[in-house]
Amino acid sequence: MTRWILAFFLLTGMARAEVNTEILLASKPPRTLAAFGFFEDPSALRPSKGVVGYDITAPLFSDFAEKDRFIYTPEVLDPDTDGILPFPVGSALVKTFRYGTRKVETRILIHKDTGLVGYPYLWNEDGTEAKLKLAGANLRLDTSFGMIEYRVPNFNQCGGCHTNAHGKITPIGPRPRHLAKKGQLEHLVQAGVITHVPDVIPTPDYRDNNLPLERRARSYLEANCAHCHAQGLPADTSGLYLNLEEDRPLHLGIHKKPVAAGRGSGGLLVDIDPGRPEKSILYFRMNSLDPGVMMPELGRSTLDQEGLDLIAAYIRSLDPKK
Amino acid sequence: MIFRENLKRAALVWTVVIGHSTTLMAEVFEIFPGEDAEEALQETMILASPGDEIVIAEGIYSIKNQLSLAVDDLTITGAGMDKTILNFASQIGGSEGFLVTGNGAILRDFAIENTKGDAIKSKGVDGIAFVRMRVEWTGGPDVNNGAYGFYPMSSRNVLLDGVVAIGASDAGIYVGQSTNIIARNSQAAFNVAGLEIENCHFADVYNNVLTDNTGGILVFDLPDIPQQGGHHVRVFNNRSFANNTTNFAPEGNIVGLVPSGTGVLIMANSDVEVFDNVIENNQTVGILFGSYIKETEDENYHKHPRRVHIHHNTFKQNGQHPDTGEFGSILNAALGRPIADIVWDGVLPLSDYILWGQTKEDAHSIHDNAHEDDNRAYANADFIGWFGWPFPHRVSRGLNEHSAFISPLPPVTVTIRGINVDDPKAWTP
Repeated sequence: MTRWILAFFLLTGMARAEVNTEILLASKPPRTLAAFGFFEDPSALRPSKGVVGYDITAPLFSDFAEKDRFIYTPEVLDPDTDGILPFPVGSALVKTFRYGTRKVETRILIHKDTGLVGYPYLWNEDGTEAKLKLAGANLRLDTSFGMIEYRVPNFNQCGGCHTNAHGKITPIGPRPRHLAKKGQLEHLVQAGVITHVPDVIPTPDYRDNNLPLERRARSYLEANCAHCHAQGLPADTSGLYLNLEEDRPLHLGIHKKPVAAGRGSGGLLVDIDPGRPEKSILYFRMNSLDPGVMMPELGRSTLDQEGLDLIAAYIRSLDPKK
Repeated sequence: MIFRENLKRAALVWTVVIGHSTTLMAEVFEIFPGEDAEEALQETMILASPGDEIVIAEGIYSIKNQLSLAVDDLTITGAGMDKTILNFASQIGGSEGFLVTGNGAILRDFAIENTKGDAIKSKGVDGIAFVRMRVEWTGGPDVNNGAYGFYPMSSRNVLLDGVVAIGASDAGIYVGQSTNIIARNSQAAFNVAGLEIENCHFADVYNNVLTDNTGGILVFDLPDIPQQGGHHVRVFNNRSFANNTTNFAPEGNIVGLVPSGTGVLIMANSDVEVFDNVIENNQTVGILFGSYIKETEDENYHKHPRRVHIHHNTFKQNGQHPDTGEFGSILNAALGRPIADIVWDGVLPLSDYILWGQTKEDAHSIHDNAHEDDNRAYANADFIGWFGWPFPHRVSRGLNEHSAFISPLPPVTVTIRGINVDDPKAWTP
């Protein structure tokens, strides 16, 4: 009998939990992640009604953490834009960082009446409850990638990357081109996230060895650097712009002298010295774990060796005479 | 008419009431030393509301993560720059110690020590005051020290008042790509650059003491970055003396070119007025002004200084032992010893250099300076002639080439939380 009732609810969808929009739009965040109602279960495995999982073609390196991403939007979005999907008031992006089954943190970005705001929620070790942790946290995690000194960013640090030209909190993505992989756009149409499949050139997956080296490298640099290093964004004062749209060699770092790198320059003279990764500040800073040198500034405490190898190969492939 | 007058009065009363109630509602939070102090401080900076104040009690606080402030109009107060000390020696994350992205912050009476990168930075804010603060790398000059001490960037309405900066491997006090700046009553020592104004519009730099740096005061404009056209900088009533510390900037940084023993260095800025300063015992040069010395393809960039106005300064014992590094050696070779108190690189756009002479509206002015020793007052180093075969090298020493009439620049106004920081009754930080 119970089996039948269960089947009935599953079929009609009536049993599916819903997002608590009142809590979502309240001026203060709830103490626990569960209160939002993004998930049916406290372990955040089964998304609620209207909460749609997605993946992007070129993710940011975050100390090897895997990420589960979800969109919640009260309105279907128009993807015909060059920019980030136009998330309306009442929408949210949810991202859980985990190592295998060990969930570490879930970051929430909500569009409220007053603008966008991000909150970090820290999971307990059992993965049964995630609590608001405004000041962030330093964790020591035993992962399959070794011991990782994991940093959960604080509430303000969300704005270190998630800031637009007007100093307002903004999502970094996704753009439709980030979502263009294996039928995902079609799926997002079916799920009611976007109105139709837009005509976009997919952002290359930098892990795809079949793609040309330069496209992979540029995609990697965008994913890992362009949330700050693009015009109008937090690191624009450096003049180094690493978004895919940038096409001026100097602003891509080629033969570009640093502005205010300090010891971040490592005694090197230019961001990219074509042909010579070992003489390139860009590579030097990616290859560092010193807080005063390393790039990105936040979000990693280990080296991304595959990324380093890719960027080294890219710099080596550049013509020194150009 | 009467109605209007009443309305105006009503508006006035209303403003006062609101102003008052905000003051009443503003909260004061206190932070004390202890295990959880860092988290308490950071969390308070997140949860506080505009107008609130955070008081950090006397003590040494070991901080591991970057601190950040994003709430507007917050005041952070310590017990004194030698009493409340945020020490970042064991910092594990963040490229600066303290990042401010909220507008209208007033930070006063505390110190930041030994950050791994820059000490305290503001980015893109309107209104920030650093008052009686100290930043220091306590191990003395070291290439591994952070680059910048006080580091307001892309900000408007910036005040540095009574601060102390020691040991930065680039600039102790650095204001970059900002607008409306006052830097006064401050001290910088044992930095590569003591105080640097870079790509800024409207800055007043006065009553500061710069000593034991590589260079005392730098006014620069650089290419290929968002805010260029640095202009309207007044440098007055400062003492820049004995800035003879060996340049310890990491290679590749523009400031690495500054010769040890530089009093004031002006590069590629327009409308710079330098007056009533005392500039002495800087072993390479008192004041050097000239063009951006590297190549650039930036078409929006003007690489030559315009309307530099140097007057009523006092010079003594400068240029006696020029730095033996690249730039100092060139000056030494081109000019001989002692290098003059004031040096112009003599670089102009080539057509002007060969044919027309300096454009009249760009011309500089140097007059009424006191040279209290037998050092040469001035030299045009003629770097084009020095470097640029086939032109002959012609050093000239007559000041008549800089006799343009230039009006004094008007003072700069800085307004923080609606208050003019030059109004002694309203501004009492």
